[in-house]
Amino acid sequence: MTTLLELDQVEAHYGPVQALRDVSLTVSEGEVVAVLGANGAGKTTTLRAISGTVSRSGSIELAGKQIRGGPEAAAKAGIAHVPEGRGTFVELSVTENLKLGAYTRRDRQVKEDIARMSEYFPWMVERGGQRAGTLSGGEQQMLALARALMGRPRLLLLDEPSLGLAPMIVREFFRIVRELNEKEGLTVLVVEQDARIALRSSSRAYVLEVGRVALTGTSEQLQGDESVRRSYLGY
Amino acid sequence: MVAAAFADFMQQVVSGLASGGVYAALALALVIIHRSTGVINFSQGEMATLCTYIAWTLTVNHGWSYWPAFVATVGFSFLFGVVTHRVVIRPVERGNVLRVVIVTIGLLIAINGFVVWQWSGEPQALASPFGTDTLDIGGVIVSVGDIGTIAVTIGIVILLWLLFQFTKVGLALRAAAVNPNEARLVGVRVTWMLALGWGLAAVLGAVAGMLTAPSVGLDPQMMQPILIYAFAAAILGGIDSPLGAVVGGLTLGVMLNLIGVYVDFVGAELKLPVALLVILVVLLVKPSGLFGRPEVKRV
Amino acid sequence: MNPNLTRVTGFVGFALLVVLVFLLPEWISTFRAQQFAYVGIYLIALLGLNILTGYTGQISLGHGAFMAIGGYTTALLMAGNEQFGQEGLLGIGGGMKDVWTIPIAGLVAGLFGLAFGLPALRLSGLYLALATFAIAVALPSVVKRFEEFSGGGSGVNLFGLPELTAGIIPVDIAGRELVFNDWLYYLCWSIALVLFGIAWLILRGRTGRAFRAVRDSETAAVSSGVSLAHYKTLAFGISAAYAGVAGSLFAIATTFVNPDTFPIALSIFLLVGVVVGGLGGLSGLVVGAIFIQFLPLWAQGEGVASRLPGFIVDRTKEPGAPAIIYGIVLILLMFFLPNGVGGLFRRAGQTLTRWRYSRSG
Ligand SMILES: Nc1ncnc2c1ncn2[C@@H]1O[C@H](COP(=O)(O)OP(=O)(O)O)[C@@H](O)[C@H]1O
Ligand SMILES: [Mg+2]
Repeated sequence: MTTLLELDQVEAHYGPVQALRDVSLTVSEGEVVAVLGANGAGKTTTLRAISGTVSRSGSIELAGKQIRGGPEAAAKAGIAHVPEGRGTFVELSVTENLKLGAYTRRDRQVKEDIARMSEYFPWMVERGGQRAGTLSGGEQQMLALARALMGRPRLLLLDEPSLGLAPMIVREFFRIVRELNEKEGLTVLVVEQDARIALRSSSRAYVLEVGRVALTGTSEQLQGDESVRRSYLGY
Repeated sequence: MVAAAFADFMQQVVSGLASGGVYAALALALVIIHRSTGVINFSQGEMATLCTYIAWTLTVNHGWSYWPAFVATVGFSFLFGVVTHRVVIRPVERGNVLRVVIVTIGLLIAINGFVVWQWSGEPQALASPFGTDTLDIGGVIVSVGDIGTIAVTIGIVILLWLLFQFTKVGLALRAAAVNPNEARLVGVRVTWMLALGWGLAAVLGAVAGMLTAPSVGLDPQMMQPILIYAFAAAILGGIDSPLGAVVGGLTLGVMLNLIGVYVDFVGAELKLPVALLVILVVLLVKPSGLFGRPEVKRV
Repeated sequence: MNPNLTRVTGFVGFALLVVLVFLLPEWISTFRAQQFAYVGIYLIALLGLNILTGYTGQISLGHGAFMAIGGYTTALLMAGNEQFGQEGLLGIGGGMKDVWTIPIAGLVAGLFGLAFGLPALRLSGLYLALATFAIAVALPSVVKRFEEFSGGGSGVNLFGLPELTAGIIPVDIAGRELVFNDWLYYLCWSIALVLFGIAWLILRGRTGRAFRAVRDSETAAVSSGVSLAHYKTLAFGISAAYAGVAGSLFAIATTFVNPDTFPIALSIFLLVGVVVGGLGGLSGLVVGAIFIQFLPLWAQGEGVASRLPGFIVDRTKEPGAPAIIYGIVLILLMFFLPNGVGGLFRRAGQTLTRWRYSRSG
């Protein structure tokens, strides 16, 4: 398996506050990798460092190339970041949200791709004119995912997609993510507080603790280890 | 008798729509900038005046006819707006909005000074592209100038609407205005979109200026009262609503005309205060203007 | 910074200001004394506006209107008007000594402020800014319209009236003979310093905390038990009263009021002064007031022109040039002093404290 994303000794700061100290991790092409940890551990910041929305140092490589600059550059390089709290454009329509997802693309297949979203999200196309702000929380999370897919990303970053959603919707969401991974070979780095569901959908995981990688292993190992589960994952 | 009174009334309405169209254009400029930068651009009127002087120079000193000068000025104003944002606004955009407000006041003073310095304070005449003829439409006498002004404003509003609604860059402009952080995540270069917004606003101002100058005369203070009307119109419609700016501008234009003519007590002197009073009353009933969405307050 | 230390530096700074204010006339001409009297007047208006905008977070673009109310109150109480003759307003005025009109002007403007604060409660942000702006824009034409009452466009002249404490004849105060300009200087600055102290007292206590709570988050203010309506209206009232006193002194200083004495530009310059001085601080406002009074004069002066490259120098004498300089200086100030002069003072204070601690510790 070839390495798609590699973080080496990444640090990140919010003003004087250091949120990440020495984070190193890798994600291979076609993998689903989870990042777990308690509230405030630095999970969100890790994704922000990758997409360039926080000031960082250290090395971040996508397919062997250094990622530099802000989120615009990251988007262009093929990184789609679905931020915490969904991040849809609530004032714009569903279709407009999807079009914005394809903003960096120069090809002419955007319309086809919008139509194709109905494969995964059957409701979405016929409600294209609806304002995103009037969708339910679950629908907005699906829209955020669909918008990310519209960019035909090489790497998908998901930040706590389960937040505030009913368990059934969370399961459906992760089912779609797995399907995308299996059918289309999409590479995913997913941040979750809900370790149980994240471990079930991923092949490997990293556990963060106060801005450091405390633990890493395959999802099976982590799930199987009683002491790890109790002290790090809280279930 | 009744017919004559009606014709008279319609004449007032049409000329009100013409001045209202100018307010609407400038109000739309204010709204575009408020949506993207979060401030009222106090220098919007002076930027427009400067651009109108460019058009005047082209026609009078260089012998251009009105429309080529119009197009060249529109191009100039766009660049002017973009550069203004990049050079003057961007450095203060983060932090307290009052800082940006004061910078736009500084711009107002400096640009006004520049216009006086360069072209002197003497009033100048910019010829109307529509002539001074009048038309008789079923007994209602309207001036071709008014009709032309209304047509140009409607045209420019439609063009802008098409741009915002149906183009990729228009979508990006809207996305950057409503949610800059998300917009950056999908790859929109937000600071350039803001600069573009300033460019479009400057174009609207320049058009307003070039439509105003032929009837009121070109002088360095020309746009100051119009900026006040535009501000009032934008607030009346809802400061974040482009549709509101247009409706607000037209309403205000007609209202000012009718009040001035038909309400004796008011006359010319009190036109403005009464119009502002009406707007205040509207605001007390609808605190976010006619088309604005109520502010959502976050805890 | 250590709060005790802040208080001490505050006291020392204020004491220095008082001493400086009372010594200054010894060193300057009476012509300059008059200019500095205006600085005192602007300071009063800025103190008021800062209570509203800096501390309570409500933007007013119309404080010139409250100054106008104060100015006209004083003028009418002194000179009376056509409608009521020398009987004056409600039989009180027309013949009132200038100094007695000052508190009344403050009171009247304050009442207008409270009255305006009530409907303004429904408005926030820019909508409120427009409402205040509208009043300042509309006031001149309203004044012109009600001529019998206000003197219309030609205004009310106070020059030479016996009601003026000092006029062409110097006045004897505590054994010292003061010409009009010096008298004006001491009058304006005594009042300014007292009002400075009062503002400080208001802002450091419960009321000040409530104002800041309103500014920082209206929702949070409500949930922590601060009555929004009460404090917003109160801020408007206090702020307008300050502006009224400033307007009253303005009328006495110019010995004349007409609708153009309080143009819309004045309202805008007051806002500029508050931001330059530093929102939410008092000390910087002195500099804000100096800025309003002297920058336009400085921009017109030879001082600037002589420092510019040769080919521009000649053209700086042409009309318009001072305004260009003024505008650019204002923009540069915002670039380099993001928190106004007050912010600069605070930074200097912090550096001083650190330096002291590092030496003693
Ligand atoms: N915008 C911010 N400003 C300052 N500190 C922040 C900001 N966002 C996060 N932090 C701090 O950085 C650390 C990591 O936060 P975050 O990455 O959001 O954690 P997680 O997503 O794991 O809950 C926390 O200590 C948090 O307080
Ligand atoms: Mg998080």
